Amino acid sequence: MNRRGMVVIGAGPAGLAAAIAAKQQGIGDVLVVEREDYAGGLLHQCIHDGFGLHRFREELTGPEYAERYIAMARKEEIEILTGTGVLDILESDGGKRLYMLSERRGLIEVEARAVVLAMGCREKNRGNVNIPGSRPAGIMTAGLAQRMVNLEGYLPGREIVILGSGDIGLIMARRMTWEGARVRAVVEIQPYPGGLNRNIVQCLNDFHIPLYLSHSITDIRGDSRLEAVEISPIDAGREPRDRGRFVVPCDTLLLSVGLVPENELSLKAGVELDPVTQGPVVDSSLMTSVEGIFACGNVLHVHDIVDYVSEDAEICGITAARFVRGGLDRGSEVEVRAGNLVRYVLPSRVRSGEGARLSLRPILPAENAVLTVKDGDEVLYRRKYRKVYPSGMLRVPVPRVPEHSGRLEVGFTLAPEGSGAPDGESGSDSFGGEAGSEAV
Amino acid sequence: MFHNYEVAVIGGGVVGASICRELARYRIRVALIEAEHEVSFGTSKANSGIIHAGFHASPGSLKARLAVAGNREFDRLAEELEFPFERRGELVVAFTEEELQVLQGLFDRGTRNGVLYMELLGRERALEMEPNLSPDLLGALYAPTAGIIGPYEYCFALAENAVQNGVELLLGERVVWIGRTGWWGYQIETATGLKVSSRFVVNASGLHADEIAAMVGITSFKIIPRKGEEYLLDKRVGNLVRRVIFPVPTPSSKGMLVIPTVDGPVMVGPTAEDIDNKRDFSTTRDGLKRVFEHAQRMVPAIRTTDVITSFVGLRPVATGGDFIIGETEAPGFVNVAGIQSPGLTASPAIAVMVRETLLKQGLKLEVRQDFEPRRKPFLKIRKLVEHRDFESLRRAVEAEGKYSKLVCRCENVTEAEIVEAIRRGHLTLDGIKYATRSGMGRCQGGFCTSRVMKILHRETGIPFERMTKKGPGSEILRIRLDKLDRGAERVRSPHGTKGRDREERG
Repeated sequence: MNRRGMVVIGAGPAGLAAAIAAKQQGIGDVLVVEREDYAGGLLHQCIHDGFGLHRFREELTGPEYAERYIAMARKEEIEILTGTGVLDILESDGGKRLYMLSERRGLIEVEARAVVLAMGCREKNRGNVNIPGSRPAGIMTAGLAQRMVNLEGYLPGREIVILGSGDIGLIMARRMTWEGARVRAVVEIQPYPGGLNRNIVQCLNDFHIPLYLSHSITDIRGDSRLEAVEISPIDAGREPRDRGRFVVPCDTLLLSVGLVPENELSLKAGVELDPVTQGPVVDSSLMTSVEGIFACGNVLHVHDIVDYVSEDAEICGITAARFVRGGLDRGSEVEVRAGNLVRYVLPSRVRSGEGARLSLRPILPAENAVLTVKDGDEVLYRRKYRKVYPSGMLRVPVPRVPEHSGRLEVGFTLAPEGSGAPDGESGSDSFGGEAGSEAV
Repeated sequence: MFHNYEVAVIGGGVVGASICRELARYRIRVALIEAEHEVSFGTSKANSGIIHAGFHASPGSLKARLAVAGNREFDRLAEELEFPFERRGELVVAFTEEELQVLQGLFDRGTRNGVLYMELLGRERALEMEPNLSPDLLGALYAPTAGIIGPYEYCFALAENAVQNGVELLLGERVVWIGRTGWWGYQIETATGLKVSSRFVVNASGLHADEIAAMVGITSFKIIPRKGEEYLLDKRVGNLVRRVIFPVPTPSSKGMLVIPTVDGPVMVGPTAEDIDNKRDFSTTRDGLKRVFEHAQRMVPAIRTTDVITSFVGLRPVATGGDFIIGETEAPGFVNVAGIQSPGLTASPAIAVMVRETLLKQGLKLEVRQDFEPRRKPFLKIRKLVEHRDFESLRRAVEAEGKYSKLVCRCENVTEAEIVEAIRRGHLTLDGIKYATRSGMGRCQGGFCTSRVMKILHRETGIPFERMTKKGPGSEILRIRLDKLDRGAERVRSPHGTKGRDREERG
């Protein structure tokens, strides 16, 4: 039986950062398990630049960003088992027992004191959004198309429609155009774009690609191969309207309709999930509902940019290391709740008497929004944003959580126009310069 | 090329494949001719996957007789052919006093049809059996002999076993012409120019049975496609129901059901709508709404947000409503038409009936001593993982290293299984998907598609840009980028260059 202090599942940006941090905290035998044949995760297919501005103060491509972390892991002499998929996590006397299938070593069993989940997320597909119509070839997720173009060297088609304005879809609009395809439309059901503003400008506007907001695809046509899609305006009740409906001939439909944390394994291990983020419920140390299992990166919640994935994962590596050494003192914890206009806030519990950093997303795009973190009536933190978008994650430092705090509530209030100078803006402050492909 | 057979079966759905597997027991030359590039890819693959108990059809009808007889065959078939099958039972739930009356009628009908072990349940008993049913129900009819099955796996297994025993499978051959050859039988031509001659012809061509029959002058019936939309829910929703849940039926349909599947996810549907286009496989907003309204009435916990995929099946409904099976005015030409529900259930009995018909028509049936009823086993790693049977898994991996390479992470399908499916003749991506479940999970192929394509290329040499979803015309990728076009002398073009040099030739 192979025994380890810590096993990290996934060698993408989250897993690598967690493992490096744990190793630096003295967990000498940390093992990273990766189902691909190489470490770095999906960064390898994100060949555009804009990564690393926060983390490295430079503009890197996805593979370059991955390479930095792979080099750090190598320097720390961290063992990465590639070509290996984790099948199951069971409770055992020594902590957790993991069953893995390795291409080279067959079925492996490993005992670990702590497990860090870093499996990332996956794309939603056609079934998840219930697009009516026939089922020809030529419909795929934007991420699969990205893989086909950037890693395999094939263009899925010539006449493209993209459903959803998530960042991968926007980046693929530009990428496909560069490779000689014609992107005829990007269709978004919401009245605002799903991806970062920067990508709307750089990937659509610069190439004169039309973006149809408040529209959706209401029919797919074609028998063997996709021939056309029908696009309809969507009214406030989310019902399609006949007026303004039009048909666009195309041979390929890319879907960029959202990402979902990949928690199949977490569920097997008995980890409780949050219905909003679809990631594990975690405490201030990023530990899940199962003692000894931690989570970080996009498996926890879908991040907007990879730099923050790395940053959060480091914290996770440190706390998991503390747990392995028996020093994880959770102290007294305070619940954090998503209040007005906040879709979710993480972690759901913070430690009292210390500072905390919260990650959150607004429900709607808003202007002149004032964010407050309150303990009862006491305001612990307040910041005004000129603009916030659901596509941009906000990161909020809470200087100190009071000792006898009851519960923290994070919410927005919308300030009237012209009420003081803006002191923050998501989309140019946090996200300026980012090409913004999250660690997809 | 010229092919001579004693029996040519047109249509590789469950009916045609069952007939072939039955005929494979005898020393005769049999061909199975299928228009699609995989068997079952017409109506069969889009089946609800229910082996009915047999109380729905009117007593005395072919449907009733063959469904009840067919139902009894499935334990043996599943053991010999290793396809997923479980006798879970079915419940018809009633919500009004009138519906309770109909239940009594169904019970009586089932008794007359020879259905065993049926019970009429009160409200408490029904809810105890299926706690997720709506508490508004008043009673239910329970038929424990009903089962659930993997319909395409059943069809694949039948065809494979038939081929194992000498039947010739002709895929991608759409029949366009049938003529009498005077003294000996029929000549059949397909769209690719293939010519087949055969003494007997069995018309099991599903939706196209009327067109095929018309080729030999039989115009006594028409096939109307009856469209059914079905929606598959995420596995995570779990075992909402253990048995197949029916509403009280209407004259045109058994109604929209809540169906547990052998692979875990719950399925809801199908709609029933007569249409005129035999190639209309489109789902609709309206269909989705109706399916969920009906399903939620029976099982309130079902939600549209749990849908992972949907599909459409077209039932071949013949004029008259009942199955049309038997000899015709064209000697040696046997119709097996209008096989809608409960056709899957009836398929083993239909095969026997067709064998008897051919025998009467003069086909000599000499038993083949070396008939092998067992299909070559097809190990599925995901079953071992689901059952946490890690010891068996270890042995499998030690015997064959490729079982340790995961290709589909949602369904735990390994490279060895993909290779096995390809070797069993599945050369389309949908074929490999249906044979292995790779790409059928909640990510619907987002992760494994490119991996499966690489394996398919390595095993068969088929170039990426010729790989199809379900046969020629459904290619997945259209253009190979210059930079990987290693064979050509073309110069690598800069980004943004448009032009024909990017098109793959041929």
